Amino acid sequence: MVRLEKRPSPSAFWQWATPVLAVILTMIAGGIMFAILGKNPVEAIRTIFWDPLFNEQFAAYSRPQLLVKAGPLILIAVGLSLGFRAGIWNIGAEGQYIMGAICGAAVGLALYPLETRWVFPLMVAAGIFGGWLWAMIPAILKTRFNTNEILVSLLLVYVAQNILASMSIGLLRNPEGGGFPGSRNMSQIPAMANPELIPGTGLHWGVIMAFVVVIAAYILLQRHILGYHIKLAGQAPRAARFAGVSPNRLVVLCMGLSGALAGMAGLFEVTGPSGQISIDFNVGYGFTAIIVAFLGRLNPIGILLAGLLMALTYIGGELASFMLGLPSAAIQAFQGMLLFFLLAVDLLTNFRIRFGTRKEAL
Amino acid sequence: MQRRTILKGTAALGFASMVGGKAAFAQGLEKAKVGFVYVGPIGDGGWTFQHHEGALAVQQEFGDKVEIVWQENVPEGADAERVLTQMALSGCNIIFTTSFGFMDPTNAVAAKFPDIKFEHATGYKRDHANVSTYNARFYEGRAIQGHIAGKMTKSNKIGYIASFPIPEVIMGINSYYLHAKKVNPDVELSIVWAFTWFDPAKEADSAKALIDQGVDVIASHTDSTAPLAEAAKTNGAVIGFGQASDMADYKPSPRVSSIIDNWAPYYIKRVGALLDGTYAQADAWEGISGGEVEIGEITDAVPADVKAEAEAMRDAIAAGTYHPFTGPINKQDGTAWLAEGATAPDGDLLGMMFYVEGITGDIPS
Repeated sequence: MVRLEKRPSPSAFWQWATPVLAVILTMIAGGIMFAILGKNPVEAIRTIFWDPLFNEQFAAYSRPQLLVKAGPLILIAVGLSLGFRAGIWNIGAEGQYIMGAICGAAVGLALYPLETRWVFPLMVAAGIFGGWLWAMIPAILKTRFNTNEILVSLLLVYVAQNILASMSIGLLRNPEGGGFPGSRNMSQIPAMANPELIPGTGLHWGVIMAFVVVIAAYILLQRHILGYHIKLAGQAPRAARFAGVSPNRLVVLCMGLSGALAGMAGLFEVTGPSGQISIDFNVGYGFTAIIVAFLGRLNPIGILLAGLLMALTYIGGELASFMLGLPSAAIQAFQGMLLFFLLAVDLLTNFRIRFGTRKEAL
Repeated sequence: MQRRTILKGTAALGFASMVGGKAAFAQGLEKAKVGFVYVGPIGDGGWTFQHHEGALAVQQEFGDKVEIVWQENVPEGADAERVLTQMALSGCNIIFTTSFGFMDPTNAVAAKFPDIKFEHATGYKRDHANVSTYNARFYEGRAIQGHIAGKMTKSNKIGYIASFPIPEVIMGINSYYLHAKKVNPDVELSIVWAFTWFDPAKEADSAKALIDQGVDVIASHTDSTAPLAEAAKTNGAVIGFGQASDMADYKPSPRVSSIIDNWAPYYIKRVGALLDGTYAQADAWEGISGGEVEIGEITDAVPADVKAEAEAMRDAIAAGTYHPFTGPINKQDGTAWLAEGATAPDGDLLGMMFYVEGITGDIPS
């Protein structure tokens, strides 16, 4: 018989080594998969992890794109990690991301063609508000009626997607777009645009905010009483209650914070790289950010690195897809393996496998 | 022009000259690298599958003189722009972008790579000299389907699974309805908007909703075989059509005919022109006569006389003696659109955002 036994104190070394080991295991298993598909595994892995950074043909373009792709992931994942640490599971960041983009874009488009520099900050505020509001629904339902925030926040993603579709063909549709779905392209309207701030770097306001938020979250967790409460609530809920931490207040705070950050990410995306509200504006950042949060050990610095790594697999995966003719499903499976191995290795960090029957009841 | 585009443009021009500089376009090319960007998976059995068949036909035609690269499942938006840029950087000489939603990304990337040719399917923006657009007159095929639908329906209720409210789709709905109505004045058309190009589950739900309303002939403007699979569950009570691809697996019923997109002739023509140096910017819109729209076999589930009429219409359209939009045709609100004997100008079709008289309901907005 095989059974799992909880390790009394998981090794601190392995806490941090597991993500690295998971990446290595993913490379090995992914390589085997690529080989079975008839591709050279070494070449495929090199295309995914090396070429976006150092291939002379692509790197000058891909490196900044890494930041563009990682920015929203980091922004959302940091927000989620705060809740996750406290045992509050916001799975609906994708919906909050969409609602942030819609609210922000709506404010900007309503003011069109006003050309003042106050438009963009107003849009950012509206984006934050939209994401926050969407996260408040599961938060209030949880604190008032004790509903499950995992289900409610997840299901609200599909509501948000339908609102997005309706906005793209209705209220926010470009009146000069010949009836085609999609709003005006905000990245081409100076008052609303979120441009690349330094050419060739990929840095836009969203990326800068991602760095700011990483630092802020780090300070919050290390130095601020709220950070202490979040950690305490996750590790010892009863002790937290005795220490005067109100669970309801924490739910509202953590859900609100993660929703606001997801909404902000949506706003920066819709005014920058994406440019317009369209039916398939969202491409899954909100869900991928969950992987990023765990890959980064729910630690702001870890999330920064994990976000960059995840972005690398996306961009490298695209390269591998058309350079080597890999099916896109193989790339998705490869990314899935990363989470799978992380969770598997994590399990072994916290538990040990025991063979044979249990000798005495513990 | 915005600061952002200028800055990006100048930055990217550096790469562009680095990569594209090797090839001299005016004299043609020794060897061409051809890129294809797909919105769905190649295995969708419909739209993307047919584009990929076209890509493979290019490879077959030119052999060693071309190298084909492609990427499937590319989201329409910011990611498309990156995929296109990376393809351009990898040394593609011509890139075909095969979904409407790639329109803005295609034009944006084309601005940065003036030496690379871009061809966008079903769009209307040609902002730069190196952007061409191409499409097929699918409404011609819809006319034939409408004729069959009008003759075949027993409940006098026919259905249409629509994707997005864009002129391309609306003209298909109108053509389908007009020709059903012509042979069956009692016919009623139900339209379900799926708001997707490819989502088998949603498409199946749409088909179910139509069947529940009593519809017994379903046409679809989405890319999968799901609506036919749904119709197949009714033991022959409901029929439908192959869309984009022949979908021959569902022969002889529920699939009684099909519209087949055949992109191969166009792709071969354009890549050939690039190789021999005769390439020029184009706005191509071919139909049955050009071979881009094919009518798949009309099966024996359709009575012989209906089949003969449908084939006669196909041949008349191919010969140019019949235009599916020939007046008198009124708009939904009763105002006149085409006078007796007048045929629709292309401009009207490309901007068609109205239903013809007799269709109930509103175009979603």
